[in-house]
Amino acid sequence: MTRFFDKTELALLAGMPLLIAMLFVLPQWVLNYVQVSLGTGLVALGVMIQMRAGLVSFGQGLYFCVGGYSAGLAGRMFNISDIFLLVLIGVLVSLVISFTLGFLLRRYRDIFFAMLTLAVSMILFGILTSTEELGSTDGFNLPAPTYLGWLPEGEMARNALYIATVIPVLTIAMLLNRYLRSPVGFVNEAIRENELRVEYLGSSAHQSIHITYMMAAAVSSIGGVLWALSIGHVDPEMTNWTTSGHFVFISILSGTGNVIAPLLGTFFLEILRVFAVDLSPNTWQAILGTVMLLTIVFLPKGMWSLFARKKRQTRDGDDLPQNIAGE
Amino acid sequence: MTTVLETKNLEKTFGAVVAASDINITINEGEVLGVIGSNGAGKTTFVNMVTGHLTPTAGQILYRGRDITGKATRDITRMGICRSFQIPQLFPELPVIDNILIALTIAKHDKPVIFRPAIDRSLATEAHALLSRFAIDQYADQEIQTLPQGVRKLVDIAMATVAEPDLLFLDEPTSGVSADEKMDFMRNLLAALKSTKTAVLFIEHDMEIVEAFSPRCVAFYEGTILADGPTRNVLQNDKVREFVIGSELHRGSANDSALEGVN
Amino acid sequence: MLTTVAITVDGLGFAAWLFLSSVGLTLIYGVMRILNIAHGGFYAVGAYASAWAIGLYTQTGNTIALTYLIIPAAALIAGVISGLLIERGVLRFMYGRDEVLMVLVTYAIFLILEDVTKLIWGTESYISYQPAYFLGTIDVFGIPYTVYKFMIVAVALVVGLTLFLVLNKTRTGKLLLVVIEDREISTALGINVTLFFTVTFVVGATLGALGGAITAPEISVQPGISAEIIVMAFAVIVIGGMGSIGGAMIGALIVGLARAASVHIYPPAELFSIYLVMAAILAVKPYGLFALSQGRKI
Repeated sequence: MTRFFDKTELALLAGMPLLIAMLFVLPQWVLNYVQVSLGTGLVALGVMIQMRAGLVSFGQGLYFCVGGYSAGLAGRMFNISDIFLLVLIGVLVSLVISFTLGFLLRRYRDIFFAMLTLAVSMILFGILTSTEELGSTDGFNLPAPTYLGWLPEGEMARNALYIATVIPVLTIAMLLNRYLRSPVGFVNEAIRENELRVEYLGSSAHQSIHITYMMAAAVSSIGGVLWALSIGHVDPEMTNWTTSGHFVFISILSGTGNVIAPLLGTFFLEILRVFAVDLSPNTWQAILGTVMLLTIVFLPKGMWSLFARKKRQTRDGDDLPQNIAGE
Repeated sequence: MTTVLETKNLEKTFGAVVAASDINITINEGEVLGVIGSNGAGKTTFVNMVTGHLTPTAGQILYRGRDITGKATRDITRMGICRSFQIPQLFPELPVIDNILIALTIAKHDKPVIFRPAIDRSLATEAHALLSRFAIDQYADQEIQTLPQGVRKLVDIAMATVAEPDLLFLDEPTSGVSADEKMDFMRNLLAALKSTKTAVLFIEHDMEIVEAFSPRCVAFYEGTILADGPTRNVLQNDKVREFVIGSELHRGSANDSALEGVN
Repeated sequence: MLTTVAITVDGLGFAAWLFLSSVGLTLIYGVMRILNIAHGGFYAVGAYASAWAIGLYTQTGNTIALTYLIIPAAALIAGVISGLLIERGVLRFMYGRDEVLMVLVTYAIFLILEDVTKLIWGTESYISYQPAYFLGTIDVFGIPYTVYKFMIVAVALVVGLTLFLVLNKTRTGKLLLVVIEDREISTALGINVTLFFTVTFVVGATLGALGGAITAPEISVQPGISAEIIVMAFAVIVIGGMGSIGGAMIGALIVGLARAASVHIYPPAELFSIYLVMAAILAVKPYGLFALSQGRKI
């Protein structure tokens, strides 16, 4: 039997109509959180795919911010409001930046990679907070997006944006799932374990890392565009290191086992925060920190490892899509 | 006979320390060649230079007549020079089968490939076949870090052979293998190497192994080549007996007793 | 000319502040291989303790001069308590783990510490300017500077020199170098590695608290200062080479001068100049100016 999709991809496919159907089920405030957390969830996914290669980015907020500001600036400067165009612009800008920075960053590992990604994101933070034209620390507002010339209003606008967030985010998650199982994704795991051997097998660790870095950047910038459109606002906090730290937190919590985990993790964290902040405003971060410590100690592979069955047959080819492998 | 590798006056210095100098070695297609020499004699330095891990301070490395001096390891590997390591270089947190699959995947794809699955059934079959050839298929699903040194050694060597190299360096393949198993280990190992066209250079401390398996032998001493020729002649050589074998006998006995604790 | 003087003096001031705030970070990394994000928390705890204590004391109406004792005392108490709690309560269970994992662990601690600070001192800001102005100002080429600023420079120099002497000239320092070189051998030699780690961590924490405590009179102490300082401290120690005390000094000077220069020449560049300098230096010297290159043996 040949199958085109694996279980994760099927789940994501099923998730699309399911999430859209939620428009008629869930109250508006929950939908808002779904939408917002799908945007930030993409950034967490960006962190996660780098973590697969053993690289912890403490500056993924950079591309989150690049996406948001690109969309915002495209609107301010060129009056572009088409959502597809805005996403495209965000991706292009982040690809150019990550391609350039990649030449520097791909040389670093471990804490040095973490530090340097952090430094680079803080450069943008510094630039944005001191640029009065872009609203300095306050940022600026984004107009409502249009869809190929259609400008929906009222509830229709909310629903359209919700759908326009759900579909691309889940599609990207599917693509990333493919990516993680592709040769480059596979080599990334090997790089994490032993880079020397990877070179001695004839593969360039630098190249794989560069590709992964760009991929993470593109994905995060899409998250940034969608998030900014949902909120209707961008500000420099998007690229502050504490924001990036939050994405790292989600990746640790959800683990690197499955692309769905960071999306779910982001959502539950958002909801949890609503209640926690309500109950006790000054203990939210302490809760996060404690949960993170507990996760590191007791669930080193993340919460997802609780759900994932231990199965090895995947690697033996039993659960794999076959029809594209025949070439 | 076709020459696979030729080094000319290869030299490597670290500051004032001369790790290797004046290394001239020619290796022919399909040849099996043993390298002896005490620790620090320059054997591994030589392998590191040819495989691009170290850049020679001076000299030239020719692979099938092409100058590969100073090229990157991955490019040299792609050309057909592979190696195993004295300390196995594996992916410790992954199971054996994944280690091999990664090696096969890399060997199969010259350019980075994304969005297409790395593993399919035929690749998995191939990986198991390779493991079977080295008689370690029963360990396929175990993580490297849980395995004994001897198995790791074999996985390491198996990984080095996936690309079916023209020239294979084995850095002390029998270290970590108990003394009475060494002979069988080496016999199986050489038999498992698929292609007879592969030239094999192995570094070895046990003279019996060298005598039994390599018709030709090169003796290193303090960074230079002391002798090179038919194994029998080299092992009879006075200087080799004095500087290399003498110290090896001493080392060998110490090593064996140390290994008993390990096994 | 005036600008040059201003850049130099301000740069020195910044550098002293940065050195005090980051030397504990580099010390802890050098000995324990822990890149401690929670160091920003120590800085904040020190700053809060100091500002709060100064505030209480000045209400009594006694001479301000005594605050110069209150500041180090506040730093000592805050640093030792928080440092001990964190090292004994969390970190000691994690020794020997991966360096990146330790970054994440200390990030978690950073988050917790931030809220603990809020729970103790609330979210309002503390202003304790009195010590900064008590000693008056002196003119340098016509520009008035507080004497307090030069005091901080002096303290930074004393701290740096003391650390240098302890590490290089005393028996303890030499033992510490052995511990840095090889933990296992040190244990085998009978060196109490655990004790060395605890002491190092507490000293590092106290230095971080001192950085905050001594700065408190010059700033408004409020939530968020920990996040601000830690990234600057990273820049400082990464530039100098992580784990090197001398490197931290040079790194602090470079960052301090870069920041002062942008403040006086092009103010909007103030924040990002620091990271730009860091990225530029790392592009040329990947592991900082004074880091030893590490080879891998195969």
